[in-house]
Amino acid sequence: MAQGVWVIAEERDGEIRKITYEVVSEGRRLADALGQELTAVLLGSGIKDKAGELAHYGADKVLVADDARLSPYTTDAYVSVIGQLVKAEEPAVLLLGASVQGKDLSGRLSARLGVGMAQDCTAFEIQDGNLVATRPIYAGKAYATVTFDNSLPQMATARPNVMPVNEPDSSKSAEVLEAEFSLDDAELKTKVVDIVRDSSGKIDLTEAERIVSGGRGMKGPEQYEILEKLAEVLGGTVGASRAAVDAGWRPQTDQVGQTGKVVSPNLYIACGISGAIQHLAGMGTSKVIVAINKDPDAPIFQKADYGVVGDLFELVPALTEEVKKYL
Amino acid sequence: MNIIVCLKQVPDTETQIKIAPDGQSIVQDDIKWVMNPYDEFGVEEALRLKEKFGGEVTVVGLGPKRVTESIRTALAMGADKGILISDEALNGSDALATAKALAAVIKNLDCDLIFAGQRGIDDDMGVVGPSVAEFLGIPHVSLVVKVEVAEDGKSLKAHRPVEGQTLVLESNLPVLITAQKGLNEPRYASLPGIMKAKKKPLEEKTLADLGIDAAEVGQNARKQKILQLSSPPERGAGKIIEGETPQEKAAALAKLLHEEAKVI
Repeated sequence: MAQGVWVIAEERDGEIRKITYEVVSEGRRLADALGQELTAVLLGSGIKDKAGELAHYGADKVLVADDARLSPYTTDAYVSVIGQLVKAEEPAVLLLGASVQGKDLSGRLSARLGVGMAQDCTAFEIQDGNLVATRPIYAGKAYATVTFDNSLPQMATARPNVMPVNEPDSSKSAEVLEAEFSLDDAELKTKVVDIVRDSSGKIDLTEAERIVSGGRGMKGPEQYEILEKLAEVLGGTVGASRAAVDAGWRPQTDQVGQTGKVVSPNLYIACGISGAIQHLAGMGTSKVIVAINKDPDAPIFQKADYGVVGDLFELVPALTEEVKKYL
Repeated sequence: MNIIVCLKQVPDTETQIKIAPDGQSIVQDDIKWVMNPYDEFGVEEALRLKEKFGGEVTVVGLGPKRVTESIRTALAMGADKGILISDEALNGSDALATAKALAAVIKNLDCDLIFAGQRGIDDDMGVVGPSVAEFLGIPHVSLVVKVEVAEDGKSLKAHRPVEGQTLVLESNLPVLITAQKGLNEPRYASLPGIMKAKKKPLEEKTLADLGIDAAEVGQNARKQKILQLSSPPERGAGKIIEGETPQEKAAALAKLLHEEAKVI
């Protein structure tokens, strides 16, 4: 019988990514609810010494698949190895992070395993021994509560920045196991030929704790400098509405909304964004929303925890100075 | 180079989503149905490659008869042929069943490259594209913003932005690419294009044509079961920050963010 909760760790350049700690922490809570063990699966090359970190966040066991062909990540290698391990060990629950890598991996893996999957979930619970997941659909205009039928493992991905991370406990250790798998070079049909690093050091919107976003009200690309300054003081990153991206003021990677990124920061400050439904859809799970807009009837104020009506070109620099007092 | 584009029809991004009384589906009245925006990038990329390498672009859609309109839109943009998989038994299918049906059509077509949107903007899953590739036994590269097909038409490089970096992946053809915003700027259908599209072949297929058992698809075969749909959690009424000057408002806001919201 299927038993145990598995989480797939995400590694890059020999380091474990933050999303992994979120997923391990959530996996720990689900494993406790089921009264079962939590196993973290760590794939990579020469990364066995990272297994301890996964234990600190709650993993009982760490299954390490170590192979030069498992770093950097490729879909083919990961799907093959995880597919073999899952078929051999039959976990009851399989969790991944809904990072770009996790989204790429989960879709194909669900097809390989022939199981249902719930993508980009914002909450999980165990009901009658089964995983029940809540996931925004229509970019958050509605929520679906889903479960699984005749489908093991019960498989889901967790939206970045949503699951609370356990306080790491360095006294905890895990049983570290070496995974048994075979990997045929003929399976590896895609390969990474180049990695272009973003030299700006900008935090990705999906991982940012604080986002300052600008829309049509910014009036042009030059004015984003005031948002950059506020974001810098906050240790956050700058986003944009579709209007600003379509106008060519900001790159596409900055777009928040239904056809852009879906974000869940602790603090989202919307500047000169009226709040078109497709934008609201992309940031509705932010913990605290601030709207700065000169139009008091702008729909964004309906979603905002704090609204300021006024000229953002005066308000944003003033706010930048004020928040410095608290940081 | 023969290229296939998978197409889904979805509610327009401006649509207000209302939950139906059954709590399992959405109210479909007054919805403006459009081609999934990510699929438009796929259609555009396919047309650009066809312009360079020659060959045909075939659009494969799945869903009720209204999906014909979106396939016609793709034909008006310049695609050559359309196929609609339409069968009542498919209603309520999950991503796996949908991918199986698409793969069943595509496996009988001669193709070098397949495009799909990186996700439908309705279910927000992103599973159908990679699953079609899995069922066809070909590789996929997902969330792609740039495609460079080699001059000999036998391989390609695809660019995938991930958090903080961009990966350049290489694959031989055939391969399935899922399109992310940024791949291109889709063209609008021209009036002559719209006129021509009316005469382009658009074939309909049922499950029986594909040799798929109706019991394998549809609502009852879902492996991911929807228990309930609900409206997003309401956010409590917000506070409007008062003040005589921008400085006063900014100071009041910063204080609330620190003391009340505790986010700074």
